[in-house]
Amino acid sequence: MSNARSLADIKIDLAPEVQTIMARYPTSRSAIMPVLELAQQKYGVVDGDVYQTVAELLDVPEIWVFEVASFYTLFDRTVTGRHHIRLCTNLSCQLRGSDALLIHLQRRLDVESGGTTRDGIFTLSAVECLGACEVAPVLMVDRQYIGDLTVEKLDALLASLADQPAEEMS
Amino acid sequence: MSELVLLKNIHDPNAHQIATYEGSGGYQGLRLALRDFSPDEVIDEVKSANLRGRGGAGFPTGLKWGFVPKDSPLPRYLCCNADEGEPGTFKDRILMERDPHQLIEGMVIAAYAIGCRTAYLYIRGEYQLSIDHCQQAIDEAHARGYLGPDILGSGHGLDIHIHKGAGAYICGEETALLESIEGRRGQPKLKPPFPAVAGLYECPTVVNNVETLACLPHLFRRGSEWFAAIGPDHSPGPKLFGLSGQVKRPGVYEMPMGLSLGELLEEHGGGALNGQFKAAIPGGVSAPMFPRSEFDVKMDFGSLAAAGSMLGSAGVIGLDETASIPVVARRITEFFSHESCGKCTPCREGLTWAAKILRRIEAGQGQPGDVEQLEMLCGGIFGNSFCALGDGAAWALGATVKHFRPEFDALIPAQAQAG
Repeated sequence: MSNARSLADIKIDLAPEVQTIMARYPTSRSAIMPVLELAQQKYGVVDGDVYQTVAELLDVPEIWVFEVASFYTLFDRTVTGRHHIRLCTNLSCQLRGSDALLIHLQRRLDVESGGTTRDGIFTLSAVECLGACEVAPVLMVDRQYIGDLTVEKLDALLASLADQPAEEMS
Repeated sequence: MSELVLLKNIHDPNAHQIATYEGSGGYQGLRLALRDFSPDEVIDEVKSANLRGRGGAGFPTGLKWGFVPKDSPLPRYLCCNADEGEPGTFKDRILMERDPHQLIEGMVIAAYAIGCRTAYLYIRGEYQLSIDHCQQAIDEAHARGYLGPDILGSGHGLDIHIHKGAGAYICGEETALLESIEGRRGQPKLKPPFPAVAGLYECPTVVNNVETLACLPHLFRRGSEWFAAIGPDHSPGPKLFGLSGQVKRPGVYEMPMGLSLGELLEEHGGGALNGQFKAAIPGGVSAPMFPRSEFDVKMDFGSLAAAGSMLGSAGVIGLDETASIPVVARRITEFFSHESCGKCTPCREGLTWAAKILRRIEAGQGQPGDVEQLEMLCGGIFGNSFCALGDGAAWALGATVKHFRPEFDALIPAQAQAG
């Protein structure tokens, strides 16, 4: 997504908030994670242009930015769908049926875990624990948690999201 | 039902707001700590209360604070570990979402004790509501003079910054958490030096769990004797237990430590979802499971350690008669394999190998010797990795084989025939 923007545009976009973020830390390296997160919020993806810009803004080697972006699973390094569904498949959710829900979502969306639907609306990921085991099975869609899932609840969710822009979910 | 302390207000929809918190006695503990105690006396009071860390290890909090060198010219840091990511564990999220001022007040008290003026609250990135409510609590606390350059006129100053994690379970390990705040991959570091001496930015640092810090306002408002009188002598204070899995009433429950695992699951969790319980994991998936025959074990640090497991995060997962233990073992091992940071060979390679064997067994393609191979791998991983991730993974897997070996054999065609 950042391909459509020049490095200078990205820099202008990020610069004001980068200063605020850097003020929280004694080293600029500490700002890499929050600035990457900021970039992902704005562009939906962190990629080569973002790495280069963040490195320049923070005056750190680009490899430092890349090693952070490639280690943490919440950084999307390829373009995702308008809505990113992260279904927890870990133990507490598995014991309450998340395996079947994953199969249902894969069939409904016709994608494997990690894939994006052809219309670009949904990305589906099976993820490790979301830390909401009391409402298992649970998923995270964009930034919102939805628990006590059933097949019917999933179908209703997909229907409600299909025409909804990503921003409206948070 | 014992008195609720940490969860007293959580059903109030306004509990996350400072007016509600102050109305229920909030920030009185901080006022008393700043007025009546020197920093050293705060540490002594926490030692007297015998508050033990609620993050997993159960290390005495006052002792940990006491390790911070008093003559160091370097800045000191306090980091709150809110990177809750162990399956079965969600207690800290409940505190941060619903009553976050307890945590903020606790952080100010802890920072005062160790002479820290900048603290970081490391919250896992998925916890957006926790992040929002904690940031709101920080802003409100600033506005009321509980944070800032001169807290309540004491001369003690503190700023708290939230640092969001980004989806790496290993960052719950304290040295990995510090690496992450420094802007690196969250890979653990060899100890010593311990963070108290050389932690964040190589400066003296204390890392405490959310629940540990949330205990402090109550401890100072009501005194160390009150705190120490709750529960067993060696594991005092209010404690949160998260119940999940195949229990009828999953949720977070507060009670003194020392009740039995069976009591917790049956009386508070409402019993098994289907039939009876087969087994339970007492403290997040790294804690070795107990079969139903051992449900009389007491839920406290010492009793669980003596019984071959641990309290850990007190995330209790119930498994009923429909649960397949080999499947559970596979899922747990896959989790640790996925979340291994890759730094140590035994953890990185051993868990990948173990997960592969478990998938094979589950698919009915197990071979004679597979279970022995798993036991060998557990022995090779345990004690041979930098941090507790490898230990926990091997320990948890080993317990499934130890207690439920026939379930594994039944899935291996040659052994099922022999049996």
